Amino acid sequence: MDVTYTILIPLIPLAVFLLLGIFSQKIKPAVSGIIGVAGLSTSALLSFYTAYQYFFVHGKVDGVYQAIVLKTTWMNFTDTLKIDMGVLIDPISVMMLIVVSTVSLMVHIYSRGYMKGDDGYTRFFAFLSLFSFSMFGLVLATNLFQIYIFWELVGVSSFLLIGYYYTKPSAVSAAKKAFIVTRFADLGFLIGILIIGFYTGTFDFETLNTVNHETGELALNWASTSFMGLSVITWALILMFMGGAGKSAMFPLHIWLPDAMEGPTPVSALIHAATMVVAGVYLVARLFPMFYFVEGGYALNVVAYVGAFSSLFAAIIALTQTDIKRVLAFSTMSQIGYMMLALGVSKYEGHDGLGYMASMFHLFTHAMFKALLFLGAGSVIHAVHSNYLKDMGGLRKYMPITNITFLIAALAIAGFPLTSGFFSKDEILVAAFEHNKLIYFSSVLVAGLTAFYMFRLYFGIFWGKDTQYKHAPHESPLSMTLPLMLLALVSLFGGFIPFSKYISADRVGFEAHLNYPLAAVAVSVGLIGIALAWAFYKKENNLADKFSNAFGVFYKWTYHKFYIDEVYLFVTKKIIFNLIAAPIARFDKKYVDGTMEGIGNKTVVISNKIKGLQSGRVQDYAFGFIAGVVVLAMVFIYLWTN
Amino acid sequence: MIVFAIASVTSKKMLRSVIYLLFVLCGIAGIYFLIDYNFLAAIQLTVYAGGIIVLIIFSVVLVHHIEMELELAKRSKQILVALACLIGLGIFLTTIYAHPFNVVENSVTTTTKDIGYGLLSYETGGFILPFEVISVLLLASMIGAIIIAKGKKLTDKNDTTL
Amino acid sequence: MIAGISIYEILTVTSILFFIGIYGFITRKNLISILMSVELILNASVINFVVINKYLYPDMLQGVFFSIFIIAVAAAETALAVSIIINLYRQIASVEVKDTEIMKY
Repeated sequence: MDVTYTILIPLIPLAVFLLLGIFSQKIKPAVSGIIGVAGLSTSALLSFYTAYQYFFVHGKVDGVYQAIVLKTTWMNFTDTLKIDMGVLIDPISVMMLIVVSTVSLMVHIYSRGYMKGDDGYTRFFAFLSLFSFSMFGLVLATNLFQIYIFWELVGVSSFLLIGYYYTKPSAVSAAKKAFIVTRFADLGFLIGILIIGFYTGTFDFETLNTVNHETGELALNWASTSFMGLSVITWALILMFMGGAGKSAMFPLHIWLPDAMEGPTPVSALIHAATMVVAGVYLVARLFPMFYFVEGGYALNVVAYVGAFSSLFAAIIALTQTDIKRVLAFSTMSQIGYMMLALGVSKYEGHDGLGYMASMFHLFTHAMFKALLFLGAGSVIHAVHSNYLKDMGGLRKYMPITNITFLIAALAIAGFPLTSGFFSKDEILVAAFEHNKLIYFSSVLVAGLTAFYMFRLYFGIFWGKDTQYKHAPHESPLSMTLPLMLLALVSLFGGFIPFSKYISADRVGFEAHLNYPLAAVAVSVGLIGIALAWAFYKKENNLADKFSNAFGVFYKWTYHKFYIDEVYLFVTKKIIFNLIAAPIARFDKKYVDGTMEGIGNKTVVISNKIKGLQSGRVQDYAFGFIAGVVVLAMVFIYLWTN
Repeated sequence: MIVFAIASVTSKKMLRSVIYLLFVLCGIAGIYFLIDYNFLAAIQLTVYAGGIIVLIIFSVVLVHHIEMELELAKRSKQILVALACLIGLGIFLTTIYAHPFNVVENSVTTTTKDIGYGLLSYETGGFILPFEVISVLLLASMIGAIIIAKGKKLTDKNDTTL
Repeated sequence: MIAGISIYEILTVTSILFFIGIYGFITRKNLISILMSVELILNASVINFVVINKYLYPDMLQGVFFSIFIIAVAAAETALAVSIIINLYRQIASVEVKDTEIMKY
């Protein structure tokens, strides 16, 4: 199958970015919006076409979906150190193309309405296109270096977009925090990449992931060096997962995600719900054979536990937040934890690879309904001009479309039967049940908490108390509600896609069936959550307050996100700055600068002394003359007489 | 003579240094007399002792420096220069003493007539050309001295008349 | 030639005079003093010419003539020097060397 046209998918947004960036002063805002949407719709159409071609027209070869790789050597250092650039088409990358392009397109259309009248309108669309380019590049990467390059590019785009309102100090520091935390995580990622490159001699994904079907192990061989009891490759994988954990906001590198909500809401929808934060999940999925086979899947266990803990941790915090975007941010962290743990408990062959399939399926559905939730929240914020629950209530009367679409998304995330979220979450729970009971129970608990806090949010915004608004909020314009409606459709009916036929760990595909007993457990837990939220929040009452007071100090801890931010600040300010950074700075100032300045000073002093030769006095010149003659005479007499 | 020379160079008062120079010049004329170059000695006394010393005294008076105390150079500079001069002197003397001079004993008295003939003769060995050149030089220097010393005011005054 | 005095001694004397002149030229701070030192130097060299002429080549008179020319030139040069000093004095009202240091760094 000829896939050269897939190169256009990332390049079109890049061209749009350059165009909008260079000519930002000359293009009218409305035109830039149209250019952005047009560029991305082209990429979206190409992605759908690629998917159609790949899954339906070309299909499987020998029962396996082939990975199609187009690449060229970009930098060639030695025989083993080569950096290639190219395109890798395989089931998960095609799926990610669809996800990224769809959500990005919806966000572009939405931003035309949301950012209207803003000063940096063109800049916004330029950055959105830059982000789309980076994300496409990341998804299509053929080797570790390429994915790292685009990883960093995505981080930069995120920084630019979070700090979009650059005059707000909180936005600027949030952007810095996001970039620094993810950069710190990327340190681990880079070390992991280098270790793998050194010990295996290759960075290419296809070479790394090849599984020998006879032996059932990785075809790759590497020098089995050991470091502190674990193989170096395991360490490398754990370090790479650290990079993925930073980008996907897993504990303890999650601190940047709530603050990243300072950016405009379309940004939160695109980057911090649907696409960038799943990059870590995508990385683990991409390297899944290595994670699974190396040392009996040790690294995969780490992934599972980190994911499970993060999902529980985030769900607890989300119960008490009052800023609607922060609730959604922690919900994202929790759902990504689900994806990670699904990958963690997965095996490789056929139906055993259920976790893998479930993780990817959940990635797909989550992207849709989380983007919908954020865009809906943006619509609400746009109408009410505030982010906080206390300023909202009873909005169902004023914003019907937003109400219905938000409800659909909330049902999806809670796992209400027949929504897309139900199918994907159910598969995750089945995979967890089959492999690790502890993780299964934690996931069920999280499902209940998710339903509860999501409906707390829903009822708090659209039902609850009848707030008197100063300006009557009105429904958003079509440019904003159209994406909402489209995403709602996907959230409702996306669950019926037979995902397992296309996406699986060994690329063969299998039939997945609904496990009715476990589904019943999940659904009932979700319904209990919804019912509790109904009781607490649908009508105005003080049940919630009494409950939270009963929890006392635990409530306070949860509200303050378990004080993790304060711990980080303490470590960086008191320890790193004072003990490491300050002495080094002093040394630099005193000695390094001092040496340089000293050289300059000495030169000036010497020149001052030499200045005296040009005294302007004839006498001194005569003296020099005489002295020179005397010396010369001595020299010549000595030479003549000898 | 040497004593007077040193005194002239190191004296603090201007006039005294001029007078010491006068004594040196007279001493030199004395040497000329001893050598039997009477004409030369006369010229020395007339031109140098008479003309130039008077000129210097006039210029000293003109710049009001007769009563002033002259300052000497810094001690370090004096020592340094003295050292250089002594080294130079040493070189000179070593060269001079190393050279065998063929001294011709004689006692020829040179008369003014001989000098006159030599100065104005046309044959080879005559000095008529340098003589003329020197006279032109003296003329030029006179004119030059007048122009330089004239200053601006006189020029302005004489503008209309010339 | 002078009875009893060899050429070496006279040449020694003139060399000493020469170097005294140089010392004065470099050391003195008054322009006119510098002029006088120059006179010393010139005179020392004149004696040199004359003495060598008398002692080594008594039949020729080149030394005498040359010394006459040197005296003439010295006189002219002194006159000019004095006129320059006068002019300078009019400009800067001083004949110290340290006031003529405009050409320094």
